[in-house]
Amino acid sequence: MSPLIQGVLTIIIGVGGCIGYFFASNLILDKVIFPPKGANPGRNINRANMVRPWLFLLPAILALGLYLVYPVIGSFWRSLFNRAGDEFIGFGNYITMFGDDQFRISLFNNFLWVLVVPAAATFFGLLVAQLTDRMKWGNIAKSLIFMPMAISFVGASLIWKFVYANNPDIGMINAVRDFFGMGPVDVLQIPFWNNFFLMVILIWIQTGFAMVILSAALRGIPEETVEAAIIDGANPFQIFFKIKVPQIMGTIVVVWTTITILVLKVFDIVYTMTGGNFGTEILPSYMMSYMFRDDGRATAVAFVIMLIVLPVMIWNIAQARKEMR
Amino acid sequence: MDNIAGTKTSLSWVMNITVVVLVLLWLIPTIGLLVSSFRDRDQISASGWWLSPFPVEQNFSIRASGDDAVQQGDLFVIEGNVYDDEEIAATFGGETPRIAAFGGTRAAPTAFQPGDVAELSRDRTLSVLEDGSYTFTSPDEITRNPRVYFASETPPDFSLDNYETVLTSDNMDVAFINTLTVTIPATVIPILIAAFAAYALAWMDFPGRGLLIAAVVGLLVVPLQLALVPLLNLHNQVGIGQSFVGIWLAHTGFGLPLAIYLLRNYMVGLPRDIIESAKVDGATDFQVFVKIVLPLSFPALASFAIFQFLWTWNDLLVAKVFLPSDDASKVMTVKIADDLLGSRGGDWGILATAAFVSIAVPLVVFFTMQRYLVRGLLAGSVK
Repeated sequence: MSPLIQGVLTIIIGVGGCIGYFFASNLILDKVIFPPKGANPGRNINRANMVRPWLFLLPAILALGLYLVYPVIGSFWRSLFNRAGDEFIGFGNYITMFGDDQFRISLFNNFLWVLVVPAAATFFGLLVAQLTDRMKWGNIAKSLIFMPMAISFVGASLIWKFVYANNPDIGMINAVRDFFGMGPVDVLQIPFWNNFFLMVILIWIQTGFAMVILSAALRGIPEETVEAAIIDGANPFQIFFKIKVPQIMGTIVVVWTTITILVLKVFDIVYTMTGGNFGTEILPSYMMSYMFRDDGRATAVAFVIMLIVLPVMIWNIAQARKEMR
Repeated sequence: MDNIAGTKTSLSWVMNITVVVLVLLWLIPTIGLLVSSFRDRDQISASGWWLSPFPVEQNFSIRASGDDAVQQGDLFVIEGNVYDDEEIAATFGGETPRIAAFGGTRAAPTAFQPGDVAELSRDRTLSVLEDGSYTFTSPDEITRNPRVYFASETPPDFSLDNYETVLTSDNMDVAFINTLTVTIPATVIPILIAAFAAYALAWMDFPGRGLLIAAVVGLLVVPLQLALVPLLNLHNQVGIGQSFVGIWLAHTGFGLPLAIYLLRNYMVGLPRDIIESAKVDGATDFQVFVKIVLPLSFPALASFAIFQFLWTWNDLLVAKVFLPSDDASKVMTVKIADDLLGSRGGDWGILATAAFVSIAVPLVVFFTMQRYLVRGLLAGSVK
């Protein structure tokens, strides 16, 4: 069966199944189990309304439980076993992993990524948001800077290959060097700095995201505060740094953490640009190099990523709970 | 507002120029890819895409035919014109641009200026004039056809050839269909499941609601990497293995937290009056949801659909793990990352075209539905 037909069938079965489930389960609840008539209709309606939320939630809870909650536990459990999965070795995988140079390089590089990418993307996003705020063609400019958001990491990597390529007739950086009479260099092989050339790609993608959100936040600033500052004689820089930025600090933090989380997941850029060679390995790509080869090691790496994400997760939950009150 | 006192500051100039520079910086790499995808592959490696509107100096070679040799005194001489060669004539379409340089050996194909006489080994000489006519002399009888190397300016060559190659050979058409096959069910199915759950979390009162919302917020940031090994093993045990069904399920699961979160945030903001008056009129929760909440939430549904579409279309990680690695079920991102970059790493025209084919659909979706995308982003992050 061709995958396309299979896909159409899946949509029909999936969508039909969902609608059918919700419809039928509600019907059974209302007509069969707790009908609003008979001996005590009032109690029946109340009972039905107590069960109904769980009917609505059931498929989501099942899917979330199976595809996101179980893997956290399952991965941790698996990481305590050896490569074949038949021998319990405790933290053996973690110990060998921390002894591996490549792992320490990835940890260090990941640290650099987390430090640089969110900061740079937020900075550029804020810059563009502020500059285009009252500009006539601001919306077009924003749209163009937002565009890389739609491009896959693989596509973006290829786009940037045309910037970084070693051949001065293809790569723009080497074309510029060539113009000034310098020999070509492969920027992706310069130790240490090649990491930053890879980060540029993710910054290029994520700036648009930061810009969109920060620009909405800037618009939400009460105008009186800015007006008052102008009347008091504040210059544009003071208005920006002392009036506007403090008021959108909350949003800046949200943008920052969202990009940080993303940075910890992206393996595509390193995978397509350098394959983790030349000292550019990061944790997600390091994990992929063990995927299909050593499940124990792969899950151990994944769990380390989870541990790094954990503080952000806790902070997010705390924020959400604060809001609900 | 910044210039509220009627003083249009000189700063506005600086601002405009800065934005122009930033936009150009952001746009140029993509333009490079787009331009390159239309260029002839030999031209791509002969000059940068930023020079593509100009003629390109490219190197060619022909074989002079030894049969045409004429004996003049004690020399054997071949005379002819490089543009008479059939292949060359086809390349240039009958035009005969100026010869820029020529040479007699593969090692130095452009060592001599037109009009010079090149001294080759064994006392042979070669000379090519600007119009392409050449003279080859040799003291001995010519047994092997000598090669004439020359460089000449070819006009810019833009065509859809690369697209034809990419879409007809290389299995890229299969990959395109596969991507579509993965994307659409993986976008549609989570929306429905999430919409019901979001309604329950937004408008129904039950114990544990706060806890569930917190759990969804927490699951938003769970790294995908954790899910790969346990779920693949699970799929293998259940018998799904690496297959389309597996990747649909996986994408559905991974997309749900964001879907529930976005939709709940939106639904909570719907006017309470409408929903309560419907309930007073005797509507059940199911009816309220289907007839009132769902239609009113269309913008949020659209935002999530766009997100999920872009994310599944652009995904490499999930596809690499949950789909089989044979050619028949590769999606475009895997195809480009694993096949094209590996085996055809040097074929820049094909690479650019394949990349552009894969980003064209998301770009169209992006530019036509940007409004919803922005709204979704804002609902998700700004409170």
